[in-house]
Amino acid sequence: MSYNGGKFDVAVIGAGHAGCEAALAAARMGMKTLLFSISLEALANMPCNPHIGGSSKGHLVKEIDCLGGEMGKNIDKTFIQLRMLNTSKGPAVYSLRAQADRKMYQMEMKHTIEKQENLYLKQAEIVDIKVEDGKVKAIETNVGAIYDVDSIIVATGTYLKGKIHIGEVSFESGPDGVFPSVKLSDCLKNLGIEIFRFKTGTPARINRRTVDFSKMEIQEGDDKLLPFSFEDKIDQNTEQLPCYLTYTNSKTHEIIRKNLHRSPLYSGRIEGTGPRYCPSIEDKVVRFADKERHQIFIEPMGRNTDEMYVQGMSSSLPEDVQIEMYRSIAGLEHVEFTRPAYAIEYDCINPEELKLSLEHKTIENLFFAGQINGTSGYEEAASQGLIAGINAALKLKGKDPVILDRSQAYIGVLIDDIVTKGTNEPYRMMTSRAEYRLLLRQDNTDLRLTDIGHEIGLISDERYKNFCQKREDIAKEIERLKTTTIKPSDKLNEILKNNDSSTVSGGIKLVDLLKRTELNYEKLKEIDVNRPELSDEVIEEVQIQVKYEGYIKLQEAQVEKFKKLENKKIPQDIVYSAIKGLRLEARQKLDKIKPLSIGQASRISGVSPADVNVLLIYIEQNRSKSEE
Amino acid sequence: MENTIAAISTATGNGGIGIIRLSGKNSFEIIKKIFVPFKATTFEKKGYIIKYGYIIDPTNNQKIDEVLVSFFVAPKSYTTEDMCEINSHGGTIVLRKILELCLKNGAELAEPGEFTKRAFLNGRIDLAQAESVIDLINSKSENEAKASINQLEGYLSNKIKNIKNKLLDIMADIEANIDYPEYDIEDVTNNKMQVCLNEIKDELIKLSKSFENGKILKEGVKTIILGKPNAGKSSLLNTILKEERAIVSEYAGTTRDTIEEFVNIKGIPLKLIDTAGIRKTEDKIEEIGVNRALKLAEGADLIIAIFDASKDLDEEDYEILEIIKNKNSIILLNKIDIDDIHLENNEKICSSSNNILKISAKNGEGIDELYDLIEKMYSNNEIDMNDGVVITNIRHKNQIDKAINSVEEAMNSIENNFPIDIISIPIKQILIDLSVITGEDVSEDIINEIFSKFCLGK
Repeated sequence: MSYNGGKFDVAVIGAGHAGCEAALAAARMGMKTLLFSISLEALANMPCNPHIGGSSKGHLVKEIDCLGGEMGKNIDKTFIQLRMLNTSKGPAVYSLRAQADRKMYQMEMKHTIEKQENLYLKQAEIVDIKVEDGKVKAIETNVGAIYDVDSIIVATGTYLKGKIHIGEVSFESGPDGVFPSVKLSDCLKNLGIEIFRFKTGTPARINRRTVDFSKMEIQEGDDKLLPFSFEDKIDQNTEQLPCYLTYTNSKTHEIIRKNLHRSPLYSGRIEGTGPRYCPSIEDKVVRFADKERHQIFIEPMGRNTDEMYVQGMSSSLPEDVQIEMYRSIAGLEHVEFTRPAYAIEYDCINPEELKLSLEHKTIENLFFAGQINGTSGYEEAASQGLIAGINAALKLKGKDPVILDRSQAYIGVLIDDIVTKGTNEPYRMMTSRAEYRLLLRQDNTDLRLTDIGHEIGLISDERYKNFCQKREDIAKEIERLKTTTIKPSDKLNEILKNNDSSTVSGGIKLVDLLKRTELNYEKLKEIDVNRPELSDEVIEEVQIQVKYEGYIKLQEAQVEKFKKLENKKIPQDIVYSAIKGLRLEARQKLDKIKPLSIGQASRISGVSPADVNVLLIYIEQNRSKSEE
Repeated sequence: MENTIAAISTATGNGGIGIIRLSGKNSFEIIKKIFVPFKATTFEKKGYIIKYGYIIDPTNNQKIDEVLVSFFVAPKSYTTEDMCEINSHGGTIVLRKILELCLKNGAELAEPGEFTKRAFLNGRIDLAQAESVIDLINSKSENEAKASINQLEGYLSNKIKNIKNKLLDIMADIEANIDYPEYDIEDVTNNKMQVCLNEIKDELIKLSKSFENGKILKEGVKTIILGKPNAGKSSLLNTILKEERAIVSEYAGTTRDTIEEFVNIKGIPLKLIDTAGIRKTEDKIEEIGVNRALKLAEGADLIIAIFDASKDLDEEDYEILEIIKNKNSIILLNKIDIDDIHLENNEKICSSSNNILKISAKNGEGIDELYDLIEKMYSNNEIDMNDGVVITNIRHKNQIDKAINSVEEAMNSIENNFPIDIISIPIKQILIDLSVITGEDVSEDIINEIFSKFCLGK
């Protein structure tokens, strides 16, 4: 039996990190939006590591924030430790990382969603997506509700035909003991969508009471607490919880080797492709046989729980073996598990079937976001969710989608990578994937993206006004540094001497002093008497822009070159098979990916520079033909 | 159009003149730096003009060639952009040198068919012509691909791969450090990077020099003509030189010392050395010549061994065959005008060289085949010289020079105490520069290296 549940603009399937962002964005942009989750207890859950941010992922969170997403604000409310990583490695790679109170994170996000106008949160499994004339029509739940919807965002994470493996035992399940989604995968297949099988895993959770921390190194949070969101101020007195570091040893490795035959990975019972950057401990021991020890981080999971996460010990070995190997580690001799480690297999789609807007290429108004697109990580998921939500809404409003390019944002790199090149393992963001890393810093995220966030209506006018003021302050101050000359004086030379900087005999511009690596804005205070009162953020931005100007200009010049090709658009009605001179492989690949621009086409593997030239000429030829 | 491009527009070989073309908005600016007109002149932009003067190397003001330069002001040119054509006196060396000067002063090396492509994109040629442009680009790319495959299977690609592996190793350290800050990955010290970069710089400079100052371009392919007395060495030399320079006599042992001649065969410069005949002799003067010949053979890039095909091989011939073993060689079976006793089937001859030709040095028969063979052996191919890899492709040389600049940039950034994320930019650029030669995706390479080297993750 079924019934009609009413008419909505957008339906989001799955309320993980992708689904929550998608639903919030769509609703905030005025769309009447449904958000489904198999279990509302699993909303915004972190079924693996209890932290957010870190290298490149911290960048993603800041980008989400500047486009009007929720992740940054939610973690600012619920962190239990904050650290700025990579501070010695340069401005492009500073990255903020937070340990989360996992339950609080979920509750805060759930409440934000519940309070959101236009947004309707519902517990249900989606069993069918109805498509008519190549266009999304309706959605059906397992209890027979049919909702007429104009647009659907699929964000099912690892739930699709999820299967958990713990040694010889395996069973159908979503992550963290939640039901899997069993029917939707076949529905997608029937719609002609290609389905892959990927695998990931998570370590055991343990009880704090049974851990001997005296044998471990303690890792405290930072003294100065910085927020993810450009809109938040952090209470500097917030109590932080520490993490702990310990190591595996030869005994641990011996236990693993002895029991490898009981691992479903090595016996071939798992078919899914796992990520290289997230190997299970048995993978590490096999692949890096000469390494004597591996780092293990013990991370708290919240303020009101004694459960802890054991980073570095993901495994699919049987529970008895897991207990034995965990107990071989210093400090874990008497450890008690609360939940065993497991590997999980799940269905995902080939992201090459998507447009850069994350809409499916052939089924109109069907969007995909998050782990189902073959990515991994909460931040990667949330980024895609936000973009899918924004673009679903924009499309219904008859507007052009937001497509960030590789020079604008890590989000742009992420989506361009998976859509243009596909992925044969769960895709993780890394700073090394970004060609223009120096331009995609976390400090300038607001300068890069706030305009866009404001234009689509997800950044408030008030925040935008403050942002514009900051942008102006930065520009003015740099201008002042460039035009202010400091006369040589004993005082100046004394400051220079004290900082091992060469002294001057003639006048020197402030900007040239600031460029010296051994000097900074603070050190020049005494001789720079007329400096205006500026916020720390403005000063930081001014310093970075001045000190790295040469390299920034270099990358900007590269970006200019890159943009020229990005701006050469390919008409979407182009028939690749009709282009004389394209090699067969290139023809097939181009036809599959349907790149938007010559730039995107040139990044497809299997499309050579000669093919790109042929394409360029063909397009030019047709353009002049139509002009005639 | 974005950049200014340059290329040699005349076919390879040794024509009367050669033309280098420049196209793009900086064409005139680049020419100004390397061209000194005879009559003081302004490079005012009006119509077409031709100027007469010298191409100079602006770094040392050395005159390279006397030339005519045609200036075409946009849009009245083939590509509709500002263009220059430098008419030089030809010769591969001079043309390449001038092209190199253009590249050093701001031009980019043109892609195959790029002038025509620009002409088309700028609306200069019509649709029917455009079809043939596609074919042109395809066929040129194919040829180039074939050529580069030949080169890449060989020493150059190995050499570059070695350099790239060293860089990837460092890059993986840097990137893993950045992307996995919580792991105990050894910090990349400035010293470690400097040592590595210094090594790489030396190797790259050596590679670049093998082109710039390499024997082939500076001295020509050092070619020794070996043969026992009266086998026809001097006749061959004369035929090639088309003038009587060596004394040729009917009697064995007439050529006492070595004679060196610089010749250009189909654009390949050869330094030809005619030696005293290899012959066991009591004669003191001739002995010195023989020893010298043997020594020269050791240091030669190419040995042309000439045998009298009208006679059977004797002990001295066998000694010559021994000398050329495992060397770049061409065996010439001479005097087929007199008699041919099928020496080409001789086992010892066949096993000594892959290149065997029948000629008559006296009447010129077979000489064209010899020229073709030399061209095949030395044009556009890396040659295993005495000291390793030699670059002959200017595209490769151009990329290697870019890589050297990037190495210097990286070293500067280390010296100036920039943080690691800045230093990584020029280091990655070295990889990108070199990858243009070998054609791999640098980002993928780095990520693969990180995961094969480090053990990271949950």
